Amino acid sequence: MTSVPGDPSQPREVVLEAEDLRVWYGTERGPVRAVDRVSFDVRRGEILGLVGESGCGKSTLGRGLLGLLPDGAARDGALRFEGQDMLSMRPRDQYAMRGARLGMIFQEPLTRLNPLMRVSDHFTETLRAHEQGLSGAEVERRSLEALRVMGIPPTRYRAYPHEFSGGMRQRIMIALTLVLRPAFVVADEPTTALDVLVEAQIVRTLHDLRATYETAMLLITHNLGIVAEACDRVAVMYAGRIVEIGEAREVFARPRHSYTRELLRSTITLSTEGLEFIGGSPPDLSEPPPGCSFHPRCPDAMQICATRAPRARITDAGSRVSCWAADIADGAPVAADLSAEDRSPLTTEEVLVADEA
Amino acid sequence: MSTVTASGSLPRYIAVRLMLVIPMMWVLLTMVFVLLRIAPGDPVSAAVGDKLSEDALDARRAALGLDRPLIVQYLDYLGDVCRLDFGTTISNGRPVLDIIANQGGATLTLTLGAFLFALVVGLPLGRLAGRRRDSALDAGIRIFGIVTYAAPIFWVGLMLVLFVVRFVPSWPTYDIATAETKYLVPDRTGILLLDAALDNDWVGVRDVLQHHVLPCFTLGLLICGVIIRLVRVNVIQSLKGDYVEAARARGIPERRVVRFHAFRNALVPVVTVIGLQFALTLSGAILTERTFNWPGLGTELVAYVTARDYVAVQGLVTFFAIAVVLVSLIVDIVNALIDPRVRY
Repeated sequence: MTSVPGDPSQPREVVLEAEDLRVWYGTERGPVRAVDRVSFDVRRGEILGLVGESGCGKSTLGRGLLGLLPDGAARDGALRFEGQDMLSMRPRDQYAMRGARLGMIFQEPLTRLNPLMRVSDHFTETLRAHEQGLSGAEVERRSLEALRVMGIPPTRYRAYPHEFSGGMRQRIMIALTLVLRPAFVVADEPTTALDVLVEAQIVRTLHDLRATYETAMLLITHNLGIVAEACDRVAVMYAGRIVEIGEAREVFARPRHSYTRELLRSTITLSTEGLEFIGGSPPDLSEPPPGCSFHPRCPDAMQICATRAPRARITDAGSRVSCWAADIADGAPVAADLSAEDRSPLTTEEVLVADEA
Repeated sequence: MSTVTASGSLPRYIAVRLMLVIPMMWVLLTMVFVLLRIAPGDPVSAAVGDKLSEDALDARRAALGLDRPLIVQYLDYLGDVCRLDFGTTISNGRPVLDIIANQGGATLTLTLGAFLFALVVGLPLGRLAGRRRDSALDAGIRIFGIVTYAAPIFWVGLMLVLFVVRFVPSWPTYDIATAETKYLVPDRTGILLLDAALDNDWVGVRDVLQHHVLPCFTLGLLICGVIIRLVRVNVIQSLKGDYVEAARARGIPERRVVRFHAFRNALVPVVTVIGLQFALTLSGAILTERTFNWPGLGTELVAYVTARDYVAVQGLVTFFAIAVVLVSLIVDIVNALIDPRVRY
């Protein structure tokens, strides 16, 4: 497969591919399945948005891709990066790939730079950790180039982190992540801590990176506006699973999963007249509800939803969705097997019982 | 926008910090003065009361200026301290400055040696415990820290002496040097170790160093416990830091992450507290000196307190106060060197 930069009609090579990836934490109450059988791929120069409520496993998935998990966490399934199996790789080798091939941009730019080190020290340390014996002049040339792309003037190269604003620090963090030209970057809510104008700048910058570096990116956010602005495709995550994934335009224009639709309805715009929200809260991931994990909160919940988990299905528009209601609405073959009882709506009482179960 | 904008520069910080020494010193000196005045009893009658007649005592008080109003005595005291005049002892007529010059060196090398020992042992142990949190090693180091901090100095000192006398009978267990060394080394700086080195008397240096081992170890253990616990907590804290995770995400080797990111940031609060510990070290030095018969200021202070010589006590306590102020100044400057955010 060949890649044609700038031409989105040509399929590009897959950089990162997850298949039935699971991540869980061992806790006193038993294992918590923070990421449960997640499958997706990201292609070169593509930005995949990952949206969902707080606590649905977005950040865990992002960290899991880089192997940046705390002690007591485990991964299984399959995760391939540039054809290499990341899960069977020695931890040493994976460590060495971080920074060089896999990058991460974090949520809180104010605390992500070491306050005692100059910006120049951060760059020197990062470059030398991956390319030993790099000359000082070469380090400076490459660092200043990365900073220039992010709009940080070279005069500030030797300043300390506390001498920069939040937006500038985030741009420094991005420059620091990109100085080694990683093929894949996880951006975990990179603009959440910043004000709207800076947010717009950063989003534009991330968007432009595809043209500059052809970086593939997983952009984690709960701001759907950012997804619409910057992402090619979007994955909607709920309770550790990807419930819907597809072209960003398609998913936003015709959401198939009830959760996606409710999430979009909750977005506040200028035409918003009343505040919409999804009642309840995401389930406890150590004991997820049976069937579809969204059914206790779903306005379209049916009897079947509380007992059987929906299967993933590719829609005509190329999205992948796991939802019984969508299956029926789209007239999918699986829906034909459902009895009338299966299709009867789930009452609130039953929802509550199921919620407690 | 230049590189140095909102925050000041290091020289400016040091200048401002130096000026702050003056109010700090003033508050401390006032406290020393007030505390000694509100102590019950009259210093002259307490010191030599039963030996002299009432008239002679009055004459003494007049000579010391104790019959003057308190405010005059207070201003007089401040003026004297500014001229580095700490007074002359009542009981044996020695200028306090002489005592400091003669005995200060022994206290200085004792506290420095103890601090050095505490840092060399405490910093790596604390870092190790923090890094291997909740392991058996961590538990062992923590217990060591608590025990050394909680054990009374005189007890540790006595136990050490007992052990050393039993197993290494030739090892010196009291005083700063043998009589021979003291006699042979000419007094130049008041610091015996330095004098011996200046005199190229390496046998003497070795002798003095050997004498330092037990007292420095005893006093060092006390500080070491505090340092271990402090470093451990701060390393654990900074290992959770966002910049540590970010450094790992950039693939910085773990050793470097611990040393340059976690440990250096953990040192900032540690340095501050180590400065505060200096006061503790001085009080510990007094006990250590008594235990090991050390010819230092602590021994002198105890002797003058016993003799109820308030001029000597006031002079020595004033000197200790000045030492604490100077150490806190040094600590703040060291902190500013480590942490670029520490600026006025």
